[in-house]
Amino acid sequence: MRVNKMYSYALLIPAGLIYGLFFLYPTVMSFFFGFTRWNLTDWEWIGFDNYIMFFEESSLMIGFKNTFIFAFLTAGLKVVLGLIFAVLLTAKLRTKRFIRSMVFFPVLVSTIAVGIAFSVLMHPSEGLINMVLGLVGIDGPNWLGNPNLAIYSVAFVDVWKGVGIATVIFIAGMMSIPVDYYEAHQIDGGNKLNAFWYITLPLSRPAINAVIILALIGGLRTFDLVWAMTGGGPGFSSDLIASIIYKQYQAGFYGLSTAGNVILFLMVALIVFPIFKYLNRKEVDL
Amino acid sequence: MNQQEEIKKERRKKKLTRTVLETLLVVIFSALFLAPFYFIVVNAMKTSADASQLSIAWPSEFRILENMQDVLAARDNMLLLSFFNSTVITVSSIVILLVVGSMAGFVLQRRSGKTINIIGTTFLAGLMIPPAVVPTIWVLEQFQLFKTFPGIILVMVAISIPFSIILYTGFIATIPKELDEAAIIDGCGGFRLFFSIIFPMLKPIHSTVIILNAVQIFNDFVHPLYFFPGSENATVQLTLYNFMSMYSTDWNLLFTNVLLITIPPFILFLIFSEKIVAGMTAGSVKG
Repeated sequence: MRVNKMYSYALLIPAGLIYGLFFLYPTVMSFFFGFTRWNLTDWEWIGFDNYIMFFEESSLMIGFKNTFIFAFLTAGLKVVLGLIFAVLLTAKLRTKRFIRSMVFFPVLVSTIAVGIAFSVLMHPSEGLINMVLGLVGIDGPNWLGNPNLAIYSVAFVDVWKGVGIATVIFIAGMMSIPVDYYEAHQIDGGNKLNAFWYITLPLSRPAINAVIILALIGGLRTFDLVWAMTGGGPGFSSDLIASIIYKQYQAGFYGLSTAGNVILFLMVALIVFPIFKYLNRKEVDL
Repeated sequence: MNQQEEIKKERRKKKLTRTVLETLLVVIFSALFLAPFYFIVVNAMKTSADASQLSIAWPSEFRILENMQDVLAARDNMLLLSFFNSTVITVSSIVILLVVGSMAGFVLQRRSGKTINIIGTTFLAGLMIPPAVVPTIWVLEQFQLFKTFPGIILVMVAISIPFSIILYTGFIATIPKELDEAAIIDGCGGFRLFFSIIFPMLKPIHSTVIILNAVQIFNDFVHPLYFFPGSENATVQLTLYNFMSMYSTDWNLLFTNVLLITIPPFILFLIFSEKIVAGMTAGSVKG
C-alpha cells in the first residue's frame, strides 16, 4: 500500500473530470431523458412512450434491423477478406509493402469523402462500377436507389474502407507465429492448405477475436457513411439507429433521439459483451 | 548436361509464373483500392463540363489550379476558415490529451487493487459506448460551451481518452518500477516523478498518440456536426457537405475539395505509416 502512495489519484483527476463530465454524465442522463419529452430546458416524463414509438413505427424499426445486418455483415466480410489479404501479404512477395499500403490507405481517408466518391461510382447508368460490369455483360443494379439493396451497398463500401485495419491486425498476428511450426509441418509432409487450417488459423485466434469485436462496435455505431451515401434513403430503407438518432434530433424530438441512443447503447452491450465473453472463453480452451 | 538444362528451364518457368502472378496481384489490388482515388484526382483536374461526365478519361484541359482557387474562394473563403477551425480543434485536443491521458495512464498502470480496476474498466467502457448525443449538448449548454471551441475540444478529448489510455498503459508497463522507487528515494514527490522523469520518457508513445488522434480528429464528421454547428464553425469535413448541395453539378470542385482535405492525412501517412499501423494494432492484439 505504501507503494501506491507514489501514484497519487490526483493525477487521474483531469482525465476523470473531462471524461466524467462530457462522456459518462451524458451517457447516464440519457437513461433519464429517454423517458421524457424535452427541449433542453423543460422536460416532461412520458414513461416508455419513446421506446414504444421506436418499436411501433416501421420507419424507426427498420433502423434496428439494418443496424443488425450492417454490423454482422461488415464484421464477417472484414474477417474473411482480411484473412485472405493477410495470407497473401505475408507470402514472399516483392510488392507486398506497396500492396499493404494500398489496402490500408482508405482507413485514413475521411469517411465522408469516401462516401461521396462511391455514391458517384455507384451511379446506376453513369457510374464506373456499372460500366465495368457492363463490359463483361452484366447489367449492374441501381446500387443506392434500390431500397432492398442500398444498405448492402453501403456495407460494401464500409468493408472497402475498413478492411485495411483488419488486414494489418491479422498480419501482425501471423508474423508472431513461430516459423518452426511451419517447418515442422513441412517436414511431416503437410501441404500449404493444411498449414493454413491447422497452424495459421488457430494461432490467429486472438487477432480474429480483436477484429470481430472492433468491427462489431464500429458497425453498430456507423452513421457518417450512410449519411454521405444515402442519407438513410431511399425512404427509410437504409437508415441505421445512429442516423435515426440524428434525424430525430434535427426534427427536434430530443426525447425520441435520446431513446434511440439508449437503444443503441443496449444493443452494443447485449451483442458485443456476450460475444466478447464467448470468444475469450474459447481462447482459454486452446 | 541435358538434365541440368531442364532444371534451369524449369526454374526460369517458375520465375516467370511468379512474376506474372505478382503482377496480376498488383493489378487486382490497384483496381480495387486505387481506382476510386484515381477517379477523384482525375475529375478534380477537369472543367465543370468534363467532370459532369463522371468518367475516368484523362482531362482534355487541366484546370486543377483554377479549381483550387474556386474552391478556396467559395462562400467567403469557407474552406480556409474550416482549415483554421479544424487545426485549432485538432491541435488543442491533442495537447490536452497528451498531458491528461499520460497522467491517467501512469496511475492506472502503476497502482493495483479493486478501486483502480473499477476506474480502469470505466475508462475502457468508453471504447464501446456510443456517445449520447442530445444529453451531451444539454451538458455543454449548462456550461455555456455549446457551439464553442472549448466545448467541441473537451468533447473530442473525452471520447479520445479511452484509446489513448490503452496506448499509454501499454507503454508505461515497459518502464521498470525500480525507476520510480529510485526517484522517490532521491526525494522526488509523486508529481515531480511523473512530470520530470516519466513524462519525457514517453516520447515514442506520445508521437503515436499524436498521429492517430490527428488523423481521427481531423477526419471527424459526426462530432463537429452535433456539437459545433453553425457556418462560422465549419470544420473541413463539413465543408464537403456544404459543397455537395451547392455544387450538385460542379463535380470538379467537389473533388478538388476532397483532394485538398485529404492532403494532411496523406502526408501523415507517407511519413508515419509504420507508426500508424503499429499504434492501431497495439491496442487490439493485446486484447
